Amino acid sequence: MEQSLSYDNRIDSESSDQVVNPWEVSAKDGGKIDYDKLIDRFGCKRLDESLIDRVERLTGRQPHKFLRRGVFFAHRDFNEILDAYESGERFYLYTGRGPSSEALHLGHLIPFMFTKYLQEAFKVPLVIQLTDDEKFMWKNLTVEESERLARENARDIIACGFDVTKTFIFSDFDHVGGAFYKNMVKVSKCVTLNKAKGIFGFSGEDHIGKLSFPAVQAAPSFPSSFPHLFPGMDKLRCLIPCAIDQDPYFRMTRDVAPRLGYSKPALIESSFFPALQAKNGKMSASDPNSAIYVTDTAKDIKNKINKAKSGGHQFSVVQHDLGADLEKDIPFKYLSVFLEDDSELELIRKQYGEKEGIMQTGDVKKRVTEILTEIVERHRRARAAVTDEMVEAFMAVRPLPSMFE
Amino acid sequence: MGFSKDQLLDRLQELEIDYSKYEHPPVLTVEEQAKYVSSSEGALSKNLFLKDKKHRYYIVSAMVDTKVDMKVLSQRLGLGKGGIRMAPEEALGELLQVSLGCVTPFAVVNESARDVSLLLDQKFKNQTRCIFHPLSNDVSVSLNMLGLDKFLKSIGRDPVYVDLEANPVVGKDQAPDLAVYVPSNSVVVPEVSNKTSTIQNPPPKSVSADVKPVASAKPSKPAGKVKSIADNSAPSAYKNPEKFVEEIMDKTSALLLSETKGESVEALTETLRKRLTSDFTHLAIMYKNTAYAEGFYAGTRHQPKRL
Repeated sequence: MEQSLSYDNRIDSESSDQVVNPWEVSAKDGGKIDYDKLIDRFGCKRLDESLIDRVERLTGRQPHKFLRRGVFFAHRDFNEILDAYESGERFYLYTGRGPSSEALHLGHLIPFMFTKYLQEAFKVPLVIQLTDDEKFMWKNLTVEESERLARENARDIIACGFDVTKTFIFSDFDHVGGAFYKNMVKVSKCVTLNKAKGIFGFSGEDHIGKLSFPAVQAAPSFPSSFPHLFPGMDKLRCLIPCAIDQDPYFRMTRDVAPRLGYSKPALIESSFFPALQAKNGKMSASDPNSAIYVTDTAKDIKNKINKAKSGGHQFSVVQHDLGADLEKDIPFKYLSVFLEDDSELELIRKQYGEKEGIMQTGDVKKRVTEILTEIVERHRRARAAVTDEMVEAFMAVRPLPSMFE
Repeated sequence: MGFSKDQLLDRLQELEIDYSKYEHPPVLTVEEQAKYVSSSEGALSKNLFLKDKKHRYYIVSAMVDTKVDMKVLSQRLGLGKGGIRMAPEEALGELLQVSLGCVTPFAVVNESARDVSLLLDQKFKNQTRCIFHPLSNDVSVSLNMLGLDKFLKSIGRDPVYVDLEANPVVGKDQAPDLAVYVPSNSVVVPEVSNKTSTIQNPPPKSVSADVKPVASAKPSKPAGKVKSIADNSAPSAYKNPEKFVEEIMDKTSALLLSETKGESVEALTETLRKRLTSDFTHLAIMYKNTAYAEGFYAGTRHQPKRL
C-alpha cells in the first residue's frame, strides 16, 4: 500500500537530512544522495530486474541503457502500466521542463532521451509541458522572457528526436484554458492550503501564484485535459518519466485522481546526474563548471572532464595496487550513464576499478570525452535542423491520428 | 544582460540591508557627485577599475582623500613597478556591465565580473556610512560597510579591506603583501565591444525590461524568420531524399571499411546493425519531422477550394 500523504518531506525536515524537492536538491553534509532513504521516505518502489526483463519481453528490444544501469531506478505503478500494455491497453507519456535558462546541460537531456526511448519502444503518444508560468513565478524573469525560453528549450527537446506525429508540446501561458483549466480547478478543489503547505513548504510569505501552480503540473496527467488528443478516452492511463525531485507534485496528483474519477498516473523516476566536481547534489544550470552544456565545444568538454573529480590515485603504482575508487570517480559515472556497450563498460570497470588494473584515469577521461562530444555534436546538428515551422507544428493543437502506431 | 540598479536595490532589500538612496542627474566624477550628495549623508568614494599586463582586473574603491599610488599598489600586488594601469572602456562594459563614471563595488554582482578582484579602503571601516553608485550613475546609495559586507558575502565574496596608503617594503625577503588578492584567472575582453552579440555564458539573471540582446528577441510570428523553410542552411539530409540516402551510404561504407577485420560477414553485419541503428533512426525521425512541418506549414496557409 502506497504511503498515504504523510507529508514528511518538508523542506526543513527535522532530521536536517538531505533535501530533495522540486526547488532544491542537496545531500547531507556534502555527501552523496541516499536514494534508498529517499525511496523509503517518498514511498515509491525500486525498479527491479524483473520489471526490466518484462520491459524487454514486451517491447521486443533491449531495454534502454538508463534502465540497465539504474539511472531510472524508482517507480510508482509501472507494473500496472505493463499489465495494461500486455492486455492490449495503451497509455500515453507525460513529461515536462521548466524553462529557466537557455543553457541546457546533459542532465536536462536525460529524461528526454529516456522518454524518446519509451515513445519508440511502446509506440505511444507524448505530451510535453513547458512550465513557463512556473519559471516566471519563481524566478526573476519577465513573461516574455519565460515564453521565449520555453520556445528555445522546445528546440532542444525536439532535437532529442521525438516523433511529431505522436508528440504534443505546449507552454502553459499558451495552453492553459478550456478542458485543461477545468481539470486544474478540479484538482485545486481537492487540495487544502494546509496540505499544499505540507507538501511544498509554502508559507504565508509566498505569493498565491505559487500555491496554484501544482494544479498546473497535475492537469496533464489526465487525458481529459487534452480533448483534441484523447477524445472519449477518459480511462487512458498516463506514465510520467521524471527526475525524482518531482515526486511531490505527483504524489499530490495521485491522491486527488480517484476523487475525480480518474486513474492515478504512474511514474518512472531517475536519480540525479552528478555534478562534475561531485559536490553535493546535481548538475546545476547556475554553475557552468558543474555541467556539460549542449553548446560546449569539444575543447570545453575535454577541459571540463579533465578537471572533473576522479577516483583515481595520484600515483600510478597506488592505482595499480588498489584500482580507482569508482564510487567517487565522476568520469566513470558518466561512462556508466552514456556508454552504450555493456561489455565495454564492464571491461573498463575491471581494468580501472580493480586491483592490478591497467587503465589510468586519463584513459577513462579520454573515452568519456569522446562519447560526450559525440552526443553533444549530434544534438547540435539536430537542433540546427529544427525550424520555426517545426516548433509550430509540434506545438499546434491538432489531432494525432497515428499516435499509437 | 547585467544586473540593473533596480535588481540590485531589490536584492539589498531582500537581504535587509539598510541604505539610503539619492537620485540626481548622471554624474561622471566625484566632484559632480559631491554637488548632489552632501558629505553628511556619508563618505564619498572614488572607484578605480584597473588591469594588469596579464589581463587580470581589479576594482579599487577608496575614500576620496586616500592617496592611491599606482606604482606602490602594483608592487604590493607583486606585479612589479609599472604593472597596473586603468582598464580600457570596453572592459568596463564587458566585465562590470556599467557605464563610464560608474565603477562601484556592487559591480561584482555580475557573473561577468567573477574574476575581478575587489579591494576596499580600510578607512571605510571608520565611517558610519559610505556612498557608492548602485550600478547606475544617476543614483547614489549610502550604507554602512557592514551592509556592503553582507551583500558581498551573499554573492560568495569575502570582503577585502586594505590599507591603501601603506607603503611596505617589497623585496627578496618581504613578499608583496597584496599578491594574494591577484585573481587566479585572466579575462579576455573582445577588442570591439559588440553589444549586439549575445551571451558567452549562460545568462545568470534575466533580461530586465529595458535591455534585450538583439539576436535573441523572437516574437512568436517573427517578420524575418531565423530558420524558415526557405532557408537552405539546415542540414539537407533531413529534407532531401538523395542527401538522406547519401548520408546513410556514407556512414555505412565508412564503418564497413574501418571495421572489416577479416571476420565473417555475419559478424560484420551485426556490428553494423548495432552501431548504426540508433544514428539512422534519429536521422529518419528528423526527416519525418521536417516533412511533417513543411506539410503543416502548407496546410495552415492553404486557400480553401473555391466551390
